[in-house]
Amino acid sequence: MRRTRAGEPSELDLMATACLVPSLLYVLVMFVYPFLYGIYMSLRPAKVAGFSLANYLTFFGDEWQYRTVWITFNIAVPNTVVVVSVALLLAYGMRRGIWLERTVTTILVLPISLGVILLAEGIIGFYGARGWFNQLLLGLGLLNEPLVLTHNYIGVMLSLFMQQFPFCFLMLLGYISGIDPSIENSARTLGAGPWTVFYKVMLPLMAPGIAIAFALVFVMSFGVFPSAILLGQPAGATRTIAIAAYQQAFESYDMSYASAIAVIMGVFQMAGLVIIVLLRRRMVMAATMGVGKR
Amino acid sequence: MRGRLWGLALYLFVLGFILNLLGIVSHVMVSAFAKRWFGTPLPTAFTTEWFTYAWSNFDLGRILTVTLSVAGAVVVLALILGFPAAYILARRNFRGKPLLLLLYFLPLLIPQMTYGIPLATTLYRYAIGGTVAGVILANLVPMVPLAVFILMPFFEQISMNLEWGAAMMGANRFQVFRRILLPLTVPGLLTAGVLILVNTVSNFELTFLVSGAGSQTLVVALFYNVFAGGVRPVYSVDAMAVMYMTTVMLLLLLALRFVRPTQMVFRLDQPQR
Repeated sequence: MRRTRAGEPSELDLMATACLVPSLLYVLVMFVYPFLYGIYMSLRPAKVAGFSLANYLTFFGDEWQYRTVWITFNIAVPNTVVVVSVALLLAYGMRRGIWLERTVTTILVLPISLGVILLAEGIIGFYGARGWFNQLLLGLGLLNEPLVLTHNYIGVMLSLFMQQFPFCFLMLLGYISGIDPSIENSARTLGAGPWTVFYKVMLPLMAPGIAIAFALVFVMSFGVFPSAILLGQPAGATRTIAIAAYQQAFESYDMSYASAIAVIMGVFQMAGLVIIVLLRRRMVMAATMGVGKR
Repeated sequence: MRGRLWGLALYLFVLGFILNLLGIVSHVMVSAFAKRWFGTPLPTAFTTEWFTYAWSNFDLGRILTVTLSVAGAVVVLALILGFPAAYILARRNFRGKPLLLLLYFLPLLIPQMTYGIPLATTLYRYAIGGTVAGVILANLVPMVPLAVFILMPFFEQISMNLEWGAAMMGANRFQVFRRILLPLTVPGLLTAGVLILVNTVSNFELTFLVSGAGSQTLVVALFYNVFAGGVRPVYSVDAMAVMYMTTVMLLLLLALRFVRPTQMVFRLDQPQR
């Protein structure tokens, strides 16, 4: 069924097609084709003739490789939960507008625009053994020796938080401030306390936004690459699946195996997205059932 | 009272985050101007020689030229490809439109490392990988959809009556485009152009996977120098980082003249205030 709004031409005529074709062609040739070609290549290992699952079997048979899946989840899941909860807390508290909104949002956009690499270089300096952060703590007498915050798991988490928190916060703030305040006001008028308003009224309304935030942050953290190299231990504790794929492609030049790892990475990201969608459905159902009982 | 404290805690967190961010950025800046800096709050002596050192040792003149020409080409091509598609997607309804929108959304949703490896493989197979052209082509993959999604709401704001009126007065399609659509979408084109520019300059993954020795952008060159930590004096790497930061900041200042910051990460469908 085609929905048409009144007064709008709905036909896809020659001019419309001509307008769409260039960009569509670009996406098909440069995005869809490489993707499909990558899947095809992953099934054609270099050492075996014809189609074979050898690459996938090698990956899941080699502890050095399949461990990266666990390592990546171990970074992505805690990071997603922390980023989204903190951002939600702040955005919810500031849904009525913030003091100095423009300045605050401008400063928050900084890490997004500066990019991962500059942030990593800054974190190495600032949180390093001789950086200001450790100097301050040592100077205040809170510590006897500097904390090791870079070139380990904590460094990667710090960098991911710095990158993704502003993004997530601004997205949730945009979403939550779009909810009609009169709904909340009616609930307050009818005697609901702040906690009830949050849990019974606002949470179901915010659920789609929260689910989107969870999905985006999770997917971004799962592909973590430069910060895991610069701020972590790329040969050990933070060797994520993206590093494994990169090493196969550009250090071993085994494009077939590398494509297989990229496919595995994509599948796990999709699985994460599906779980988030399912959780969201349960959350909304639970919330509405609770309301229904009254 | 409890509400007040709660609000105060929120502001303190934001303040902490901002201070931490400023600390990170200014640590890089101070270090770039330091002669030597070991465990003191501030370096004992300052110098600007790391900038000249970085400029000549990292071949920054060429890297900067590559960066700006890649970014410029990506902006122009993304707008040319995205403009007509955004117009049709904003104006027409047709079967398969949601599917098409999903297809355009995927390159923005899927992390670049996931599709970057097959994309780089394909580009290297056709001998485009490692060249400046390859870097431009790879960066266009997420930027064409970005241009489409930024321009769409701008077209939606232009009344159909203007186009119909012009057509009634005898304007042909080209004249409608030249005299009505183009002038009215200038804000949209500026917004999209500036955001694509900033995004391309600071984009790491795709450029990293596709670029070769002569086609590195500033951020990729910076990565290699941070990665090889210890090979070059840390102050010179920081000097390079400061030059990168200045480039992005200038572009960003330009951007903030036209764009509200929240639009960078959220959809443009809220009414303009």
